[in-house]
Amino acid sequence: MSSVSVKDLSLNFGHISVLKDLNLDIAEGEFLVLLGPSGCGKSTLLNCIAGLLDISDGQIFIKGKNVTWEEPKDRGIGMVFQSYALYPQMTVKGNLTFGLKNAGVAKDEIERRVARTADILQIQPLLERKPSQLSGGQRQRVAIGRALVRDVDVFLFDEPLSNLDAKLRSELRVEIKRLHQKLANTMIYVTHDQIEALTLADRIAVMKGGLIQQLDTPHAIYNHPVNRFVAGFIGSPGMNFLEGQLETGAGAVVKIGNMPVPIDRYVFSGSSQQHTGATVLGIRPEHIAFGDGAGAMPFSHEVDIEIVEPMGSDTLVWTRLDGQSLSFRVEAERPLQAGDRVRIGFDPARASLFDSATGNRI
Amino acid sequence: MSDHAALNVAAAGFDAIAEEVSGPRGAKPRRVLSRRNIFLYGTLILIAVYYLLPLYVMFVTSLKGMPEIRLGNIFAPPVEITFEPWVKAWATACTGLNCDGLSRGFWNSVRITVPSVIVSIIIASVNGYALANWRFKGADIFFIILIVGAFIPYQVMIYPIVIILREMGLYGSLWGLVIVHSIFGMPILTLLFRNYFASVPEELFKAARVDGAGFWAIYFKIMLPMALPIFVVAIILQVTGIWNDFLFGVIYTKPDTYPMTVQLNNIVNSVQGVKEYNVNMAATILTGLVPLIVYFASGRLFVRGIAAGAVKG
Repeated sequence: MSSVSVKDLSLNFGHISVLKDLNLDIAEGEFLVLLGPSGCGKSTLLNCIAGLLDISDGQIFIKGKNVTWEEPKDRGIGMVFQSYALYPQMTVKGNLTFGLKNAGVAKDEIERRVARTADILQIQPLLERKPSQLSGGQRQRVAIGRALVRDVDVFLFDEPLSNLDAKLRSELRVEIKRLHQKLANTMIYVTHDQIEALTLADRIAVMKGGLIQQLDTPHAIYNHPVNRFVAGFIGSPGMNFLEGQLETGAGAVVKIGNMPVPIDRYVFSGSSQQHTGATVLGIRPEHIAFGDGAGAMPFSHEVDIEIVEPMGSDTLVWTRLDGQSLSFRVEAERPLQAGDRVRIGFDPARASLFDSATGNRI
Repeated sequence: MSDHAALNVAAAGFDAIAEEVSGPRGAKPRRVLSRRNIFLYGTLILIAVYYLLPLYVMFVTSLKGMPEIRLGNIFAPPVEITFEPWVKAWATACTGLNCDGLSRGFWNSVRITVPSVIVSIIIASVNGYALANWRFKGADIFFIILIVGAFIPYQVMIYPIVIILREMGLYGSLWGLVIVHSIFGMPILTLLFRNYFASVPEELFKAARVDGAGFWAIYFKIMLPMALPIFVVAIILQVTGIWNDFLFGVIYTKPDTYPMTVQLNNIVNSVQGVKEYNVNMAATILTGLVPLIVYFASGRLFVRGIAAGAVKG
């Protein structure tokens, strides 16, 4: 049985359609990340699931129960917000118990749950403090505790780490993952940070313009993006896109300028094998081989280095292939300089081909 | 208080740093009597004196006897201080048939102001909260109508309200005036509260809803405790506005229920007999005392409340 299920959900603000016929099934205990740029509707979708926004059309089920018109408190959800949203005039304990008191939970049960939550999140010493006396990381811990203490089936996270600095963010990220492994609750997590998405998710839903572009495992989204948007959005530094012509038949190739890239090992999606014409070849910087390994690749070519960007653990090198900008990654130890002429190569089986006109994977 | 504490802490920290750094210590020396300071404070003092002069005249006149006033030197301090005018203004000055001074008007004003302030602020704060946080259908239209109401000239509404109050049987009573004040305070107060509550992060409201709090629970447990500054602003606006009101008081009440301002006018403008300037001055100061006290007592909170989102929105 799916834990959360969204059927044909639409949401309009006036004449503006924010979410369009969304369908989503989230399994029991799954960690689903909604990922997308600002304004793609990911937070809006989360608010709809939480019951904080009335939807225009469709249905929402949680644990098999139709909750489309239920109040947020009756949906069995806990929510964590970007700005923490702690009640400033209450102590940490007051924040944790506010929902329980509203629900009329017995006093000793409240004490038991607060103790357990404080134990899991290690916030016992903070219980009597006010939110203003806490650091950002502590505040977000308490905010997570407020969802935890309600003993709910589904956790909703609305960009919970975006207000924290980089170091704290990675710490709390691990903590959230640990929490998920321990509790095995269903979690829906909204973020625009692909690192968070890739590290936390069982499945990622990449959204754009109120539509889910791709819903799949992080591995599949990274390696087999369904369109140019997903391909470009995931991965840092971003995927290279090379314009070319696809020529099928015996020994199918993509011609980048006049260089033929053999694609006989490329796995076409569905029935698009017959496709010919303008095509975009996408290849990730980390999938481009350099130096000795390059010659062994099905496709290799000599290029001039334009720019070298050292990034600490490795170095990003910019060059041109048929006049089109291309970047690739090398180990930081390689002594490279702008103007060097080197051989690079890649295996087209690791590339992605997109229709130039539609941007869809072929 | 807290500001001082913070300053002390900061100062202590600064000293600690200063001790580690060799060289001259302490604040940068500044000449007190620089040309800039003389000009600046000279101007400020001059303007302050100019503004305070009428108050001074009122005060010294109210402490003089009539013979001394007739000498005509209004700036001279009283030779013989007497509190007789104050007593008379408060307790025995005559307006019409009543000869119990301003005291009657004072208590009338209290009985008008207190319920008006309470009623209008309670309603307006709930209004503002609902408009800011519960985006009900037609909220925008409702809000626009309310604000437009603030721009309709009073004169247009005076006579219709007389008729309405007469039909309700409240014309001439204190309660009639309380209703009028509450209604006229509504647009500006609702705007004030709406803007304040709109500045409260929306996620706080959402979190409370997920926690199962309803309309009133969120209002009382989340919003009210955070809204103290804006309540102080609203109370000051309403107390001074209603206390100083003359127009509604003179129209919607009758001599027995006249508020203090109307009664003051009747004392000062009485045409029979000798003009008792000292009594008039004492009566005027007495009437203005309440708003003055309110301002002095809550000035800092007032400024903080105004700054805390009253104009944001």
